[in-house]
Amino acid sequence: MELQAVLMAAGGGSRMMDLTYNTPKPLLPVGNKPLIWYPLNLLERVGFEEVIVITTKEVQKMISTDPKVKLDVKMKLDLVCIQEDADMGTADALRHIQQKVKTDVLVVSCDLITDAALHEVVDLFRAHNATLSMLMSKAHEFTETVPGQKGKKKTGEQRDFVGVDGTGKRLLFMANEADLDEGVVIRKSIMRKHPRMHIKTGLVDAHLYCLKKSVVDFLADNKSISSIRGELVPYLVRKQFSKSTNSPKVIDETHQNLKKNDSNISSRDEELLHLTQERSCWNDHRGDMSDAYHGGRLRCYVHIMDEGICYRVNTLAAYIEANRLAPKLFDEPAVHPSAVVSERCLIGADSIIGASCQISDKTSIKRSTIGVSTTVREKVKVTNSIIMHGVTIEEGCNIQGSVICSNAVIGRGADIKYCLVGSAQRIEPDGEHTTASPHLMSKACSA
Amino acid sequence: GTSVVVYMVPQYSSIHIAAVVVSMFSTIICGFLFLLVVKRLPEHVQVDDPAVVKRLAKKLERQQIPLRSDYGYKVSLFSHLHQYSRKAPLTQLLSIPSTVIHPSIVRLGLQYSQGIVAGSNARSVALLHAFKQVIRDYTTPPNEELSRDLVNKLKPYISFLNQCRPLSASMGNAIKYIKKEISNIPSQCKEEEAKTKLLTCIDRYIEEKIVLAAKAISKYAIEKISDGDVILVYGYSSLVNNILCEAFEKSRKFRVIVVDSRPRLEGREALRRLVQRGISCTYVLISALSYILPEVSKVFLGAHALLANGYVMSRVGTSQIALVARTYNVPVLVCCETYKFCERVQTDSFVSNELDDPDDLMVTRKGKTQLENWQDVSSLGLLNLVYDVTPPDFVDLVITDLGMIPCTSVPVVLRVKNLDQ
Repeated sequence: MELQAVLMAAGGGSRMMDLTYNTPKPLLPVGNKPLIWYPLNLLERVGFEEVIVITTKEVQKMISTDPKVKLDVKMKLDLVCIQEDADMGTADALRHIQQKVKTDVLVVSCDLITDAALHEVVDLFRAHNATLSMLMSKAHEFTETVPGQKGKKKTGEQRDFVGVDGTGKRLLFMANEADLDEGVVIRKSIMRKHPRMHIKTGLVDAHLYCLKKSVVDFLADNKSISSIRGELVPYLVRKQFSKSTNSPKVIDETHQNLKKNDSNISSRDEELLHLTQERSCWNDHRGDMSDAYHGGRLRCYVHIMDEGICYRVNTLAAYIEANRLAPKLFDEPAVHPSAVVSERCLIGADSIIGASCQISDKTSIKRSTIGVSTTVREKVKVTNSIIMHGVTIEEGCNIQGSVICSNAVIGRGADIKYCLVGSAQRIEPDGEHTTASPHLMSKACSA
Repeated sequence: GTSVVVYMVPQYSSIHIAAVVVSMFSTIICGFLFLLVVKRLPEHVQVDDPAVVKRLAKKLERQQIPLRSDYGYKVSLFSHLHQYSRKAPLTQLLSIPSTVIHPSIVRLGLQYSQGIVAGSNARSVALLHAFKQVIRDYTTPPNEELSRDLVNKLKPYISFLNQCRPLSASMGNAIKYIKKEISNIPSQCKEEEAKTKLLTCIDRYIEEKIVLAAKAISKYAIEKISDGDVILVYGYSSLVNNILCEAFEKSRKFRVIVVDSRPRLEGREALRRLVQRGISCTYVLISALSYILPEVSKVFLGAHALLANGYVMSRVGTSQIALVARTYNVPVLVCCETYKFCERVQTDSFVSNELDDPDDLMVTRKGKTQLENWQDVSSLGLLNLVYDVTPPDFVDLVITDLGMIPCTSVPVVLRVKNLDQ
């Protein structure tokens, strides 16, 4: 077996609490499919036959019992539950399943929506015998107005500095603005080996990593690393150039210790690999006297997508953008066949109507997503909005640029602009709500 | 052929009829044998024949290997060869945890098509290493014999590698050897024993044919290097580099001229390794060859394969070097291990060759790529040949692990090798 897929679905969605306080993040509907369906579909399309899904007990229960959550995948899902309050990072979760990991792993996050060609990432991993290979994408500006946010998005997001070499494939430097005190510090040894480095800041990390099995074993021994993105990846990128890398280093030593009885086999094969590299006339760089890869044994690669869809749905803005673009990823008809849509309503071309909906006369639905089992009564105008499952919208409402969470009830004649209505909330009839604080919507009405 | 001798006999006798009948039968049998001996053209040189392409597609479909499509406009003289693009690897048509093809073979195919493993020695060693992994992970299915089933398992892998990059002569010989070894495994042999035997066979083959052969060739070649020599080498040949480094260690005083050519520019790697040892080198491009040749005392060339009629198949440009060296009366010595000797006969570089990615010929300087839209120009074709053949009259000596032989003795070596096996 070459690669095992691991899907991390235990995240809390801490940056969009308004949406996730009732529905766990992996089951948020995007384009009327649960968020977790997108990475699972990606893995299935590429040819995986089984996936290890690390998730919470709540999600596991909802997947197995809730009929609205249909995953529709033919792969075998091996669900591993972890405690919600254990506050486990992604690396902790990998350590938790170390016994199940038998070969190299492909770690995917549940909030990734992409149509990337995965073979580019895996080819880098295979061809260069890399320790880490990851996917990144050029960030696109979010154009939709986010409900509850007045004015421009504040740049509170910390920037990531990613340094790649001249080919754009080898990862040389990775740091987050939060970890840097005054400026970007790059060691002279790296500059000597790679005199030309391109440092990019506008990249989105897709959280898709190919890791060697020895890295998982290394994690088992080093319990201080708890996040893949925050700690493990920068550590591996730094370790590429550390002085002890040319002699058997930490990761290889652990690997060799674990396979003591196979040591004579692997050493003979190592000799053959060394002979191949010696006889081959390929070098990854030119201009200095060193061998290919500068003799380094640990290599990290990145594939940067120029075009195509790649979103991580971890903020409200990303969620709205994803809902807009998700329909392009699958070929299902925009209006579900089981929805009851009356004839005198106007449904725009880029709207999606979920199963078992009831859309009454004289409604106008443009650029919106209507969830499963939603009832929309007469004379309602829905524009640029996301309506989740089980919502009831009474007559004469006008909903614009908003997100209505599941099981909410919008009273007759309400006028809602750029708001976020929480789950199971009721909006009084004839209310007028504009970009007010979203807390008013979700919490004040809960009484 | 048979000659029929007709005896004039006064009347029909049984001898006459018997003679005619026997001669007819022998003609038929000889004709049949002739057809058997004359091999059919291999399919990788018949790409412009749609029937052959269809047959290949069917075979690949049976083996569950995706078909790699040709890329770009092919120059008409070479339209019978495959031309692939490096930007369209075969792996985009395969499933990602590859189940049909063993992972180490997928990795090898990628490394071939991207040029990470290049050079016939490196390719053969990498191939044998991958086969070792395959054999190690192999389990005989029930009711099957290892000797037959393993050979059948290897066939799709070989097709896959062929699609990634056409096999070299050295790889072909290595594959023949392995297949023979596998078929010779007695059926009562236990699986573990058989596998260990095969692994040791592979190790021994690499050790004898590549590593020790290189040492033997160095020993012979160093006799030919004298102090004060100016040696010319072309491109990167692992064997020639080995010889020069060993000669330098044995304190011979010489200097080296490295000749290089686009688009591969492999001479830079040869230059780096020689300078790293401390050998004084000069570097020129092949266009400066006739300028530099008056200084040269010997030319050492590596070979990709040695053909049965004495022709040397090597990197494109080698025959040029041999020709100009002959004009200047500079001795040309070709160094080649015996496992690269091939039974093919070729007199020109057109019939069987390899076409590399034409986009390699594009050069980007100061942000501008001149030939960026070459596909739009209908009268322009880019040709990136990889090999060419050098006639034996331009080669003075071939240094092999069996000794120093003239080019025309190659068929003798092949015959001796076949007798051994």
